[in-house]
Amino acid sequence: MAVKLAKVKSVGSAQSPLLGAAMFSPAVLYILLIIGAPFVLAVFYAFSDARIASTEIHYVGLENFRSILQSPGFRQALQNSIVFTVVAVAIVVICSTMLSLALEEPFWGRGLVRFLILLPFVAPVSLGTIGWKWILDSIYSVITWVLVQMHFFTPFNAPMWLGEPRLAMGSVICVHCWRLIPFATVVMLAGSGAIPREIPEAASIDGAGFWRTLFQIKIPMMLPIILVAVLFSTVFTFTDMTVVFILTAGGPFDSTQTLPSLAFATGIQGSDLAAGAAISLFLVPVLVAVAFFMLRVASRAEVT
Amino acid sequence: MPVNWRKIGGRLAHVLILLVFTVLLAFPFFWMLIATFKQNLDMYKMDNNPFLFNLPPTLENLRFLFQETLYIRWLGNTALVGVLVVALTLLLAVPAAYALTRLTGRWGERLGILIFLTYLVPPTLLFIPLSRVVAILGLQDTIWALVVVYPSFTVPFSIWLLMGFFKSIPKELEDAAMVDGLTRFGAFLKMVIPISTSGILTVVIFSFTLVTQEFVYALTFISPVSQQMVGVGIPIFLVRGDVYYWSSLMAACLIASLPIALLYNTFLDKFIAGFTVGAVK
Amino acid sequence: MAVVETRNVTKVFKEGELGAVNNVSLVTHEGEFLVFLGPSGSGKTTLLRMIAGLETPTAGEILIGGRVVNNLTPRERRIAMVFQSYALYPHLSVYKNIAFPLKAQNVPKAQHRQKVEWAAGLLGIGRLLDRKPRELSGGERQRVALARAIVREPAVFLLDEPLSNLDAKLRASAREELEQFHKNVGTTTIYVTHDQVEAMAMGDRVVVLHQGTVRQIGTPKEVYEDPADTFVATFLGSPPMNLLEFSDIIVGFRPEGFLPSDLVPGSKQVTFRYRIKYVEYLGAERVLYGNIEGGSFESKEIISRLSWNMPSGYEAGAVHDFSVAESDLRFFDRKTEKRTHPKPYPWQ
Repeated sequence: MAVKLAKVKSVGSAQSPLLGAAMFSPAVLYILLIIGAPFVLAVFYAFSDARIASTEIHYVGLENFRSILQSPGFRQALQNSIVFTVVAVAIVVICSTMLSLALEEPFWGRGLVRFLILLPFVAPVSLGTIGWKWILDSIYSVITWVLVQMHFFTPFNAPMWLGEPRLAMGSVICVHCWRLIPFATVVMLAGSGAIPREIPEAASIDGAGFWRTLFQIKIPMMLPIILVAVLFSTVFTFTDMTVVFILTAGGPFDSTQTLPSLAFATGIQGSDLAAGAAISLFLVPVLVAVAFFMLRVASRAEVT
Repeated sequence: MPVNWRKIGGRLAHVLILLVFTVLLAFPFFWMLIATFKQNLDMYKMDNNPFLFNLPPTLENLRFLFQETLYIRWLGNTALVGVLVVALTLLLAVPAAYALTRLTGRWGERLGILIFLTYLVPPTLLFIPLSRVVAILGLQDTIWALVVVYPSFTVPFSIWLLMGFFKSIPKELEDAAMVDGLTRFGAFLKMVIPISTSGILTVVIFSFTLVTQEFVYALTFISPVSQQMVGVGIPIFLVRGDVYYWSSLMAACLIASLPIALLYNTFLDKFIAGFTVGAVK
Repeated sequence: MAVVETRNVTKVFKEGELGAVNNVSLVTHEGEFLVFLGPSGSGKTTLLRMIAGLETPTAGEILIGGRVVNNLTPRERRIAMVFQSYALYPHLSVYKNIAFPLKAQNVPKAQHRQKVEWAAGLLGIGRLLDRKPRELSGGERQRVALARAIVREPAVFLLDEPLSNLDAKLRASAREELEQFHKNVGTTTIYVTHDQVEAMAMGDRVVVLHQGTVRQIGTPKEVYEDPADTFVATFLGSPPMNLLEFSDIIVGFRPEGFLPSDLVPGSKQVTFRYRIKYVEYLGAERVLYGNIEGGSFESKEIISRLSWNMPSGYEAGAVHDFSVAESDLRFFDRKTEKRTHPKPYPWQ
């Protein structure tokens, strides 16, 4: 990687802005090209009448936005996106905190447990979801079978996990949680591992029991990393279209459609690029708001 | 010695939590394992106990997968794209992270945060315009479309993580190297990179994972079966109309997941260490 | 106020290996400042942690105030501990740090402010109550840690090398503060350190530990002037005691007792020919390094300490008559390294 530079004199830790610029400009340029430009293009499409094969594109103002805001399908998708994300992230944070605490100290079999627990995250999303699709199948679901054996249901009035709107929504949330709990646990382990051993010891000597140490000392000290886990989980859930696409394809009757999956259905399957772009643009304000909020709380919870 | 109920209760809860979560999280894979070897007649009978092999196990599903589908081709495509994208990511992100940490002062930090924020512009937003860009560049229907586009979600994260990592390396190390005669860049190559193996490893593993997980771009940019990634190939092409070849599907999922799982397991401690340093600033 | 006692306490971390603490039995005096002194690895911190309840003994009993506490959690032992790193809660203000033990033990909230202010006043940190730990200097953090320890008026104080994180200049004044603090409060205190100067300056008694066993317990004067074995003899005192090994005894004498012959009074003295190799000028004293001529100790470095008001003229390269008073000689058995009765000169 021979980079030709102007002769920069490095004295101690003096700044070398030229070398610096040379080193980060490839990355910055790439990001501008592959993220920045398409983003602008997406905005452009949202205000146009572009279709997949269209050769001419015209400016149509707010027409796309007006029509999607009026469609109940869109409102349902927006609501779903928010509800799924909030519920899933809440469950993920609570479960991963519990799990990371249980995995902190070494114990016999910990290696195996860690391997098994990580599987949902390392498996490609689509494939894990297919597994769940079979597990939640309306006729052959193994869960149904177990419940039938336990006499909660008969084989004929068993719940349609993916066929009834409420259950389908629950199933989607379930798959998201299943995927993200391992990841969040790893992140939490990083956070709790960073707490010096002497602090919980001091708390113990000061008279704090398990719960007080957990809630008043450990968790506040882990706050920055918890926020990282929340941020990633939120982004992964809110912007994901794969789970919905494979599990329910948005059904039954569009009840599990989310913004990203609706955008895909409209934009690519429905060939209406402009409407698709407009729908997916709604992702941005929520994400920005979430990130802003995170950064604020993180800087206030500065611990070191 | 009096019985310590507190301690026993705590132990019990501990074991229970581990048990419940392990079962809930790993059970679908266990299920996939069984289904892989089940005969179709066995699978599709409502009364049969799904956990047992009511008919003897078979290799038919595996044979079907490997011989009558393009599974191996898809695995190969995915692996190739993974390696290329990881290499590209490292080439872009490692120097950038170093530069933003060491060489550019305050506004460098801010730029780093901005780069991280681009993470919030998700593929599910960019895929529509990018599909046009890819078509215009003539990369449509090839894996190169993915190789060019994937770093867009691996690079920002990698820069963020590596910035945290480089920040934790004491400056004196590079100063000592420069006093010994290396240039700034030489110090970077010969001193900083070798000690950052943990962070770089985390970046490699995580990026590779993100690549194999990716769905939207692969689905949108590539149509021909032979060029597809495993994550898209299996759900799309192993389903003929409404017919799901469930057993082979399960086998496919299992096989595709295992290598990455093993990778994580081998390097998990390093991964956590890298993440700790990078994220817990 | 309570007495801490350990009975045959042992701690083994790895099966089959020597324990970190081996069969230690000791009793504190009420209200005393007891120092656990030893090099790293001597087991002093492990012993302290067992008294605190952070480690469980493999064998033996720990008693506080007369009752066996082996099965009690730290919280139930009514002890307070100051860690080497102070372990202040970084996300809480100084006030909340100090109030935390009160909160944890369900002291009514109305009493918090008064108690915190009392503890803070005792340590002179009243004006820091609203700050966060990261805004404080090393010395201030130590005081906060002490305030947090004392606020609930524990029976025993445990201190784990609290001065080692401070820079040298600060250490002296912090040491003085600690001594003053102990005088004011009077709680039984156990203090762990590897610094023998600290141990002698601060301790009412010193427990000298090496490789997990107690070598000697005594007042600073006792461990310095009457060491129980060669380890104690050489660990205390800097520069360390000179030791001459013979076939069945070891003879020791401190550098400050090894002086030019005309400066040693009395007839009961042993004289050597001393060749000086080099001299360190330290202002208040001069330290001479040299060898004893004739005999089997030519290669052994022998140290002498001359205070500033002794005559000059002892330079590198010169040979002089140096003597030790017989009463300043200490004898140790060669095999056991323990103190033994004097043997008259000459020795073999």
